Amino acid sequence: MTEAASSPPASRIGGTDVRKISKIDIGLKRRYAAERRFRTYGLLAVTIAICFLVALFGSIVSRGYTAFQQTRISMIVDFDPSIIAPNGDRSAAAVMSGNAFRFDDLIAASLQKTLEIDPNDEDALYDGLDLLSKGSAPMLRSMIAADPSLIGTKRSVDFYATGDVDAFIKGSIRADIPESQRLIKDKHIVLIEKLEKEGALRLAFNTGLFTNGASTRPEMAGVGVALVGSLYMMLVVLVLSLPLGVAGSIYLEEFAPKNRWTDLIEVNINNLAAVPSIVYGLLGLAVFINFAHLPRSASLVGGLVLTLTTLPTIIIATRAALKAVPPSIREAGLGVGASKMQTVFHHVLPLAMPGVLTGTIIGLAHALGETAPLLMIGMKAFVVEYPTTPFDPATALPTQIYMWATEPERAFTERTSAAIIVLLAFLLAMNSLAIILRRAFERRW
Amino acid sequence: MKFSTAASAFVLGLCATGTSAFAAEQIHIAGSSTVLPYATIVAEAFAEANPSFKAPIVEGGGSSAGLKEFCKGVGDDTIDIADASRPIKDSELEACKAAGVTEVQEIRIGYDGIVFASDIKGPDFAFEPADWFNAIGAQVLKDGQLVDNPNAKWSDVKAGFPDWDIAAYIPGEKHGTREVFELNVLLAGCKATKAYDAFIASGLAKGDAEKACAKVRKDGKAVDIDGEYNETLARIDSNKTGIGVFGLAFYENNKDKLKVATMNGIAPSVETIAKGEYPVSRPLFFYVKKAHLGVVPGLKEYVEFFLADQMIGPRSPAVAKGLVPAPKEERQKVLADFQAGKTL
Repeated sequence: MTEAASSPPASRIGGTDVRKISKIDIGLKRRYAAERRFRTYGLLAVTIAICFLVALFGSIVSRGYTAFQQTRISMIVDFDPSIIAPNGDRSAAAVMSGNAFRFDDLIAASLQKTLEIDPNDEDALYDGLDLLSKGSAPMLRSMIAADPSLIGTKRSVDFYATGDVDAFIKGSIRADIPESQRLIKDKHIVLIEKLEKEGALRLAFNTGLFTNGASTRPEMAGVGVALVGSLYMMLVVLVLSLPLGVAGSIYLEEFAPKNRWTDLIEVNINNLAAVPSIVYGLLGLAVFINFAHLPRSASLVGGLVLTLTTLPTIIIATRAALKAVPPSIREAGLGVGASKMQTVFHHVLPLAMPGVLTGTIIGLAHALGETAPLLMIGMKAFVVEYPTTPFDPATALPTQIYMWATEPERAFTERTSAAIIVLLAFLLAMNSLAIILRRAFERRW
Repeated sequence: MKFSTAASAFVLGLCATGTSAFAAEQIHIAGSSTVLPYATIVAEAFAEANPSFKAPIVEGGGSSAGLKEFCKGVGDDTIDIADASRPIKDSELEACKAAGVTEVQEIRIGYDGIVFASDIKGPDFAFEPADWFNAIGAQVLKDGQLVDNPNAKWSDVKAGFPDWDIAAYIPGEKHGTREVFELNVLLAGCKATKAYDAFIASGLAKGDAEKACAKVRKDGKAVDIDGEYNETLARIDSNKTGIGVFGLAFYENNKDKLKVATMNGIAPSVETIAKGEYPVSRPLFFYVKKAHLGVVPGLKEYVEFFLADQMIGPRSPAVAKGLVPAPKEERQKVLADFQAGKTL
């Protein structure tokens, strides 16, 4: 009874063959459904990943893009020789020595003129000076020292506004909250509006973000020292890890006998690639600083430690690239009488080069973003002056980001995101270079 | 190969230029992240005021890490100054002496205040140390008996507090701030609630009773924050009924997000901490290697510059950043002691 109801009449007429075909049909449907489900899962996974990526970039860019612009206050400064060079000596050395407060006097005088402050009204003057970066006087001083011919002239100088004024102009400190909770007071807002009306206050491209070193004043802080430090480190990494890594992998891949020792070495290299980078930092502290007595915070030590972290990556990538060169190339080389070394260096290595370069650049990009080992060797430091050699103290881009992220000031928050954007731009550039090099040298068989 | 020859030539070149750069050209400082902002302000101003010296290098890393680095020995590759948010321990001083750092000069630069703050839109809080002990102590006194902390809401701690689940974000155990918090808040509260007497009565020795007082409940109501104050602020942002512990400077910079609580009826401010009225504060220090004075260019000048009224006096940039200045006599005594070469 149930049999007759469930199975269609056709199958009973057609016998076993028809039933078999219909069963296969049902299986096909199920497999198609499974495939569709799998595709949906895949699509879902990709969509989620893209959503996260967009959210990440969105939040970083939306928080950081404002830092590429900065509030400047331009004022006419009277470079009065009687104040700057009271004894008539206009040399750079004379400007850099003597009473440091005379440059504050210059700024105060020009502020009084710009804001039409009564020279006897000290409170008004100090309220006005609150708007200007505390780094203005040293900036003016080094500006005059760099170009003593300014003395005696009158010209407009762009001063940085303080980080709080900058945040106010950009809207991250809002005017509608009660004055007691606000970092910019009502008296300052009056002055800001006055400056805006006169056209003295404007937003300009923030070149200092790329050229300045560390500063406690957010408006004067930049990633300059970190960029140079990172550059030195990349140079050290490239110079050490590329020849070492390539030589090591050529030997292991082409010349070394295959025995238990080379197996052991291979396992260890793969292991080292997975070792957390902080371990290399500890190693670097123990070996390079405590034992070899290299200077702390130096980009050379940073580069050495990062070399250790990137070497396994480069060796693995190079060996994979060498393995991918077809054996026929080697056989052909050996067949026409080339020595093993000639075969490797004239034929195999050039063909493996795109893979080697890609591996190296990706290893470098990895090293550029590496933070943990640098913390151990003192590269998370407040460094004002540019390093001239890799032996001088420096910071690196990721450690600079780490330091700014812990600062309480509002203006550092946007700078943190801006520094992340700079780092991402470098990573993107390096990865694009890797792709371009691979495309340019790629050979298909 | 051509490339590796060039590479080795480059490395050799590096070594050649490097050997001359090995002599310490500038001051190297490491230590407490609480002192770090003041040290960087002074370092920056020092470099601006003295163009003949190179700007000092300042690292954070924490008091213990800084003192450990400091005590590694004497020489170019060791740091010259260690910042600390607590006095150096005897064990650390012994380690120093064992490594050849026999003469250490202690400089007290001022004070640091710790504040209790909650979300700006919440109610006002007026705390006493006893409230904090009852809220987050591991064992508290209930009806004359020591019991595992039963309080789940602030309203259980004291009538008049809001009906909020207790969520306290306190400095983690590796923070220098934690010691002050334990001593001036938990221990003080423990004694005020007579729980301390109960611990003694239960047979604990004095030191063990103090340790029991400083113990924090582990059921998730009190959260250790090992990171920076930014993390504490983020926790309060996401949990509007949380109460966090911050440095005074951090609070001053985030007044538009945080509402500060009073302690024993006193609101924290630079004035109340300097006068010693606000109970939760601690002195800040840095330690100088006497052997490096006169060897590292600018070290003596830097220390004297640091102690100038223009740097840590009542109207100085360090104070604007949150340092609580020491009274004038104390500052003068510290400077005089340094100049007299007094060591620990």
